[in-house]
Amino acid sequence: MIAFLFRRFDKTATGFILALALIAVLVPVFNLVVSETSAFHIPNYLVALWGKYLSYALLAVALDLVWGYCGILSLGHGAFFALGGYAMGMYLMRQIGARGVYANPILPDFMVFLNWKELPYTWYFFDHFAYAALMVVLVPSLLALVFGWFAFRSRVTGVYLSIITQSLTYALLLAFFRNDMGFGGNNGLTDFKDIVGASIQSPSTRAALFALTAVFLALGFLVARALVTSRFGQVLAAIRDAESRTRFLGYRVEHYKLLVFVVSAAMAGIAGALYVPQVGIINPSEFAPANSIEAVIWVAVGGRGTLVGAAIGAVLVNFAKTWLTGTSPEFWLYGLGALFILVTLFLPKGIVGALAARFGQRGEGDAA
Amino acid sequence: MMRAILLILGLLSCSLLSPLPVRADDSAALLSRLATDNYGDIESGITALASSGLAGSEIILNALADGRLSYRPSDKALFIKDASGAWMEAATNATPASVPMGLKPVKVNNRVRRALEAALGSMTLMSPDPLKRIAAADAVFKSRDANTLAALDAVISKEADATVKRHFEDARAAVLMLKSDAPEADRVAAANTLGARGDQDSLALLSSVTEANAPANVVASASLAAKGIERRLALLSTAQNAWYGLSLGSVLLLAAIGLAITFGVMGIINMAHGEMVMLGAYTTFVVQEFIRAKAPSLFDWSLPIAIPLAFCVSGLVGLLIERLIIRHLYGRPLETLLATWGVSLVLQQAVRSIFGANNREVGAPSYMTGVWDLGGFQITYGRLWIIVFSLAVFLALLVVMKGTSLGLRMRAVIQNRRMAAAMGIRTPVIDALTFALGSGVAGIAGVALSQIDNVSPNLGQSYIIDSFLVVVFGGVGNLWGTLLGALSLGLANKFLEPLAGAVLGKIVLLAIIILFIQRRPRGLFALKGRAVES
Amino acid sequence: MNPDLTDSILYLDAVSVSFDGFRALNDLSLVVGRGELRAIIGPNGAGKTTMMDVVTGKTRPDNGTVVFDGSTDLTAMDEAAIAALGIGRKFQKPTVFDGQTVEDNLLLALEGPRSAVSSLFGWRSRVAVEQVLDVLAIVRLGDLRAKLAGSLSHGQKQWLEIGMLLAQNPKLLLVDEPVAGMTDAETEETARLLTSIAGDHAVVVVEHDMSFVRTLNCKVTCLHEGSVLAEGSIDLVSANDRVIDVYLGR
Ligand SMILES: Nc1ncnc2c1ncn2[C@@H]1O[C@H](COP(=O)(O)OP(=O)(O)O)[C@@H](O)[C@H]1O
Ligand SMILES: [Mg+2]
Repeated sequence: MIAFLFRRFDKTATGFILALALIAVLVPVFNLVVSETSAFHIPNYLVALWGKYLSYALLAVALDLVWGYCGILSLGHGAFFALGGYAMGMYLMRQIGARGVYANPILPDFMVFLNWKELPYTWYFFDHFAYAALMVVLVPSLLALVFGWFAFRSRVTGVYLSIITQSLTYALLLAFFRNDMGFGGNNGLTDFKDIVGASIQSPSTRAALFALTAVFLALGFLVARALVTSRFGQVLAAIRDAESRTRFLGYRVEHYKLLVFVVSAAMAGIAGALYVPQVGIINPSEFAPANSIEAVIWVAVGGRGTLVGAAIGAVLVNFAKTWLTGTSPEFWLYGLGALFILVTLFLPKGIVGALAARFGQRGEGDAA
Repeated sequence: MMRAILLILGLLSCSLLSPLPVRADDSAALLSRLATDNYGDIESGITALASSGLAGSEIILNALADGRLSYRPSDKALFIKDASGAWMEAATNATPASVPMGLKPVKVNNRVRRALEAALGSMTLMSPDPLKRIAAADAVFKSRDANTLAALDAVISKEADATVKRHFEDARAAVLMLKSDAPEADRVAAANTLGARGDQDSLALLSSVTEANAPANVVASASLAAKGIERRLALLSTAQNAWYGLSLGSVLLLAAIGLAITFGVMGIINMAHGEMVMLGAYTTFVVQEFIRAKAPSLFDWSLPIAIPLAFCVSGLVGLLIERLIIRHLYGRPLETLLATWGVSLVLQQAVRSIFGANNREVGAPSYMTGVWDLGGFQITYGRLWIIVFSLAVFLALLVVMKGTSLGLRMRAVIQNRRMAAAMGIRTPVIDALTFALGSGVAGIAGVALSQIDNVSPNLGQSYIIDSFLVVVFGGVGNLWGTLLGALSLGLANKFLEPLAGAVLGKIVLLAIIILFIQRRPRGLFALKGRAVES
Repeated sequence: MNPDLTDSILYLDAVSVSFDGFRALNDLSLVVGRGELRAIIGPNGAGKTTMMDVVTGKTRPDNGTVVFDGSTDLTAMDEAAIAALGIGRKFQKPTVFDGQTVEDNLLLALEGPRSAVSSLFGWRSRVAVEQVLDVLAIVRLGDLRAKLAGSLSHGQKQWLEIGMLLAQNPKLLLVDEPVAGMTDAETEETARLLTSIAGDHAVVVVEHDMSFVRTLNCKVTCLHEGSVLAEGSIDLVSANDRVIDVYLGR
């Protein structure tokens, strides 16, 4: 297993993993150990913020896996992210227990507010972390399996697929807005208290969550890399470049697409689950089509078909977003819009792709 | 003045109902029946008063209904408080010499209120104003107070106005329908009358007739009449739904029609299509503001003026987008999608910076307001115009594509670019013009949509997914497919709504379309052939 | 049982295909024996490529039977399943994976398990690479092994596609216009290669180049307007009046 993950390692991949390991250790240390008066101290809010970036980076890696390596431009990956987030949010809600405003030991506040008497069956067992963790992976994967099975079997490709993935997340957006779905409606889930027994607000929990996110990002990266550097990845690239030719060689294209789509959805779900405790809320707006398409631009900026680039792109774009929305909020949308236009026109391979071309390396996308 | 009219009414009513004037001591006794706190007594007092024909009884009952009636327990005299708060003796209508002391209000509970409404209803049955008589009849229809039967019988025979008479008869039928001691034949006739009336209330009433409260053949005719009404109502609601569906379909058609050219015909994924629509709507807003400021008399002309302007504004922006961005991305649909999404963000933010983030008010010209009622089937002029307009735009586009040399060249370039170029057609020019045409049509759609939707920077966002679904559903590259796709999605949406609710209906529809696209990725009217596969 | 059917590797009977009312195949019947080499000629639009589309599952016939290896009905199967049965195809317009190297193209085509799960393991095993080297030697692309397929010339792509067909090692090879874009020497080489494969494999070749067809020295079928116009030895077919009228010219 370990060997499977680490085979065919190159300098970029090693560097990326090392960098992640480094920040997974250093950020918590500079946050918790270094005294607050020191110039090296990293304040709590930055830990949460960077944790958020890293979970976005995992989402970007998931998206790059399907888009960069298999040509599936999913405009609905935000849905998988949000579903993972909701699964985690439901666990966190049930951890609140009787400490809610209405002090109901079983029902979350919004259910008491809606005059519900019993826990809906969708919420059963979510007080167990293991079950919630299972759902984080299972729910997005199942959705991807069912959706992908229909879509790939009937050979919906290209922009058609993009449009229906967008409709998928839009339909879920509408559904989660409804109170009677039982997921908190408009307001979503928030006011979390504990995660596996530790206070969610405490700096040490936040530092731990940060480190965990870095670890999962590294794992996600390794899994994605192992996939794309195997024969499987070779077939994916073949599908991306000439789908019908691949069929005539006897490959069941739909199975390959389905497998990579489901893996990617599970990864996005995990990213969502890491995101929620760090930002402290999950609501239906995570399903907004605009979110999913924003994730696509992270990948495009960093360089699709490079994995590392996707992660870097996610961090860079979100860093810019935080910075710009802080200084001049109206400039952010101009900036984001311009980014979409300029990257597609002038930087089709993204930052990492362009650097690789510059320094004579072949991008990982077409390397074996 | 008001009081004088009421007085005349009261007189009129007593002359109609009771030929004999009530004697003074009788009237005192009648009034004193209300001076109690026993609800049963009050109720019977009200009925007695209403049928007595006593002058001023309507004033007293109205006062009671408004909670302005009080009595003095010592002598059981009734007092009415008028609007200014002054007291007045009920029996004489005179202001008392001194302010009365120790008054208690006459109290009203639900039963009393019902009796009161019935009593007032039966009294206004004789109003000289036909509208009031109809209102009174309808009140009786609702209350179904058996006490009004005598009054109804009296007015029905005298009524000259056919409409009013029909309302009276309906009311009488409603009373008789559930009156267990009424003659069977009358109740059967009542069932038929109600069946002919044919509304929701009649249906409810007819359905409440059961073996428990009526003989078998009354039940039979009631259920027969109820079935008739159900059929009629179902038909009416189907028609109304179809109309709403058609109306929604025409909106979808408007939103999608430009896309049918840029995406359907050219194959360009323009995610900023919704923003072209939005620009059209804002053009309308600017035109209206200008007209309001400079020439208010031209307000009704604001839409016709806005249409060509919106076409130019959106068309020009489209032209720029094509020249600056899209032409570098031909053959790379996914990149086009991303770049045009970027354009949409920029356009939204630009509009937000110029006009603000809030909704802008776009007024409706006089011909867009008003309702046309066709026997329960309502058509609003605004919707009617939008349907007509969308079809007109559709036909105009069809003519341009099929009947002009520009259209011919557009189709030539789309079908075989190299061949068209070899024949001397300047393909880049045609590309740009085609895209500008599609964008301009989207702008025109914006003019119409400004009439039914909020004009805000987000206007376009709400249409983009729907528009794509319409075009894909209808079949790419086929204008007729877009028409049919839009109308069928509109109808499906409106017919799903009552079954599943608005939001759930929309979700169900999305799910259906997703499944449909997966079954037939090329839409309802798929083009076949090798050109499509490549 | 019909001996034509049981002895054949490919059996088409009364196959019709129409596109928007146009009949590309019209009651086409064709039988190819096991190990047979068969040349198919005919004017453009005769339906030669469409016939291969029908066999490989790209196009569904409106009616008719298509049977592989005497027993397998192909009309109900999709492309991948048909390919997995052992039917390989070279396309008229060479289609290779432009973004991958010549070697990887061959590795992708190499006979072996095709399922998604099995593809997670065992990439570039020593055996596989050796097999690929053998094929590279046959199609003379050894020097270009590490080049991207997209950078090859038309003729080289033809060879690469033939190489992929060899690597796939199917029971039936469908070869659509293999020598277009090749030099005369290469054409001869291709003819030699195809004749040498036949015997172990059945080969169906579509070609316009009559001298190439002649060197193949096999049974020839001439298609016209979606059905068989003439069938037999090259001399017989090329002497047929109707063939001369519609195809060869006087
Ligand atoms: N998918 C398709 N759609 C429409 N027409 C097609 C399609 N495939 C083939 N045809 C038509 O069928 C006829 C036969 O084509 P083809 O089999 O390619 O001929 P050949 O290979 O013999 O030159 C041609 O007229 C072609 O235009
Ligand atoms: Mg051909």
